[in-house]
Amino acid sequence: MVSLKEITKKERRLSPGHRLCPGCGASIVANMILWATDDPVVIGIATGCLEVSTTIYPQTAWEIPYIHSAFENAASTISGVETAYRALKKKGKIKENIKFAAFGGDGGTYDIGLQALSGAMERGHNMVYVCYDNEAYMNTGIQRSSATPLGASTTTSPAGSVIPGKLQKRKDLTYIMAAHKIPYVAQGSISHWRDLVKKAGKAFEVNGPAFLNVLSPCPRGWRYDSKLTINIAKEAVTSNFWPLYEVENGEWKLTYKPKEKTPIENWLKKQGRFKHLFKPENTHIIDEIQNYIDNDWENLLKRCSK
Amino acid sequence: MAKKHVEVGTTAVAMAMRQINPDVLAAYPVTPQTAIVQTFSQYVADGKVDTEFITVESEHSAMSACVGAAAAGARVMTATASAGLALMWEILSVASGLRMPITMVNVNRALSAPINIHCDHSDSMGARDSGWIQIYSENSQETYDNVIQAVRIAESEEVRLPVMVMLDGFIISHGIEEFETLEDEDVKNFIGENKPKYSLLDVKEPVTHGPLQLFDYYFETKRQQADAIYKSRAVIEEVGKEYEKLSGRSQPTIEKYFTDDAELLIVVLSSTAGTVKSVVKELRKDGIKVGLIKPRIFRPFPYFELAEVIKNVKAVAVLDRSCSFGAQGGPLYIEIRSALYELVQKPLIKNYIYGLGGRDISLKNIRSVYSDLEKIVKTGRVEKPVSYLGVRK
Repeated sequence: MVSLKEITKKERRLSPGHRLCPGCGASIVANMILWATDDPVVIGIATGCLEVSTTIYPQTAWEIPYIHSAFENAASTISGVETAYRALKKKGKIKENIKFAAFGGDGGTYDIGLQALSGAMERGHNMVYVCYDNEAYMNTGIQRSSATPLGASTTTSPAGSVIPGKLQKRKDLTYIMAAHKIPYVAQGSISHWRDLVKKAGKAFEVNGPAFLNVLSPCPRGWRYDSKLTINIAKEAVTSNFWPLYEVENGEWKLTYKPKEKTPIENWLKKQGRFKHLFKPENTHIIDEIQNYIDNDWENLLKRCSK
Repeated sequence: MAKKHVEVGTTAVAMAMRQINPDVLAAYPVTPQTAIVQTFSQYVADGKVDTEFITVESEHSAMSACVGAAAAGARVMTATASAGLALMWEILSVASGLRMPITMVNVNRALSAPINIHCDHSDSMGARDSGWIQIYSENSQETYDNVIQAVRIAESEEVRLPVMVMLDGFIISHGIEEFETLEDEDVKNFIGENKPKYSLLDVKEPVTHGPLQLFDYYFETKRQQADAIYKSRAVIEEVGKEYEKLSGRSQPTIEKYFTDDAELLIVVLSSTAGTVKSVVKELRKDGIKVGLIKPRIFRPFPYFELAEVIKNVKAVAVLDRSCSFGAQGGPLYIEIRSALYELVQKPLIKNYIYGLGGRDISLKNIRSVYSDLEKIVKTGRVEKPVSYLGVRK
């Protein structure tokens, strides 16, 4: 079990002074994941907020080896790095035990990078893929992705006089990754840091690919005060919008069950992206969202009780 | 001792790859490259190489994995063709921009649409400005020789750029020819140990590969890259000379065939040069002063060498196996015209687009080119600077 005391003693891997926005979830995700192992880690990052804000030449915020190649290929790039490691280790040219991780936002993971991710997971590389899911293309200015929830207003699914924001449900990527039957898949949240760090530790330890989907609130895109990031993340969990669970060698397990489910309406109300849903003509969408959440939760409970 | 083989071109490539024994191969099958990865897979399965073969789900991931593996200090190879090269397009410039010494074999095949599996150069010509060194091969022997040299060129300290080696789809890739291979040990010694720089696996000296460079640094980085490919000329020549000593086969930047006293010249890449050579021999018997130049290296383009030879002829025909749509002629023609600009006395020049989608180029076609050149010299005029050879009206 990780303790805060231990964590404060760990060497820094992502330096402060990077240029991510105040209250951004992405750097918190990266730090929490990288706390979970004491082995050296080589990381690859997809084009996106975490990439552009941490490596503005001639500066870098990374204290560990890092590679960025393009938007859709963090998984295939790291699969190449990990393979080179096995090839060179076999020949005795590398002595250390090294871990490999790829980070991508929901754009680089759910959408444009899905094929590369699926391929890398199927091939069985010993790597951890982390999606920091902020539910839209935030780096290019808040365009919708397949991770954007129903009803959210983004710059390409704006709430207008005829269309009330995004009309489609979000894709359930964690389920898709579980269907790859890789050793470890989990969903985590920065609000439940102990749960997340524990999951990341397991992900690094398994022999083979692991996938972590971590909710990463975005003050700019979700339209809330930047000091509320952790609270917003927490309520996503307690409302069952973002359940915390893991799939370890095919076994589904809920890792956190809210004592009392909070209504989704309360969570939506705190974010400007859902503001239009509270107009009388749109409140039926809030009911629809609540229904989806309740059904998905029941479905997840069934999987976890088997 | 060198060994003689009679095999298809893809086997010549696979044999070179076995002898190179790269640390990592990341490749996706595509016609007409498929036999290369199949043959190599068997080498892996039979333990004839140490290579870790990444069986990627697309060419985009093939090139991405190559970039990752090269950044991690591995010796890396891949092979592709046509649509596969097109799908890699985005990562081709990442590979050259990050200065990754990757060796790639591209079996030339037409681009869609219409879909077509046969030879033309539209795939690699489309990638001519991607920052890769490009080497074109006439036959299986040259392909084998070029692949081995490519590793040395790519990894050389002064260059550190990716290299693409071309062979003509089906014509060479599936044609059975005789070729010679070197001893395994000789190839091993020739290519030497890979000495990676700034490896991602050097965890004690962490490096950030691929940072964001904006208007304040990007330009300087690109300028350095342009200088590097320019400087690669000397390295290509040096590696060629060393390889000639080892193999007994010369490795000129441009091959000159009966050019000393030539008045009428054809310039063409790859396998068509073989067809032109037959016609040159035949016409020379009739006393017609014809010749051929076959550039082996297309990037960096051998401007000076070409101008030096072409300046002495009366008329030159440049044969392009691809279109540069909307441009004034094919890619090879455009470059050669540019190379001749400084000459005081310029020869007459004409461009032919030929062989698209694998259309056969016959001896008769080549004879017609030389006879066109004769007419051009007689009249002193090029009526139609760009025309199509072997196409129905």
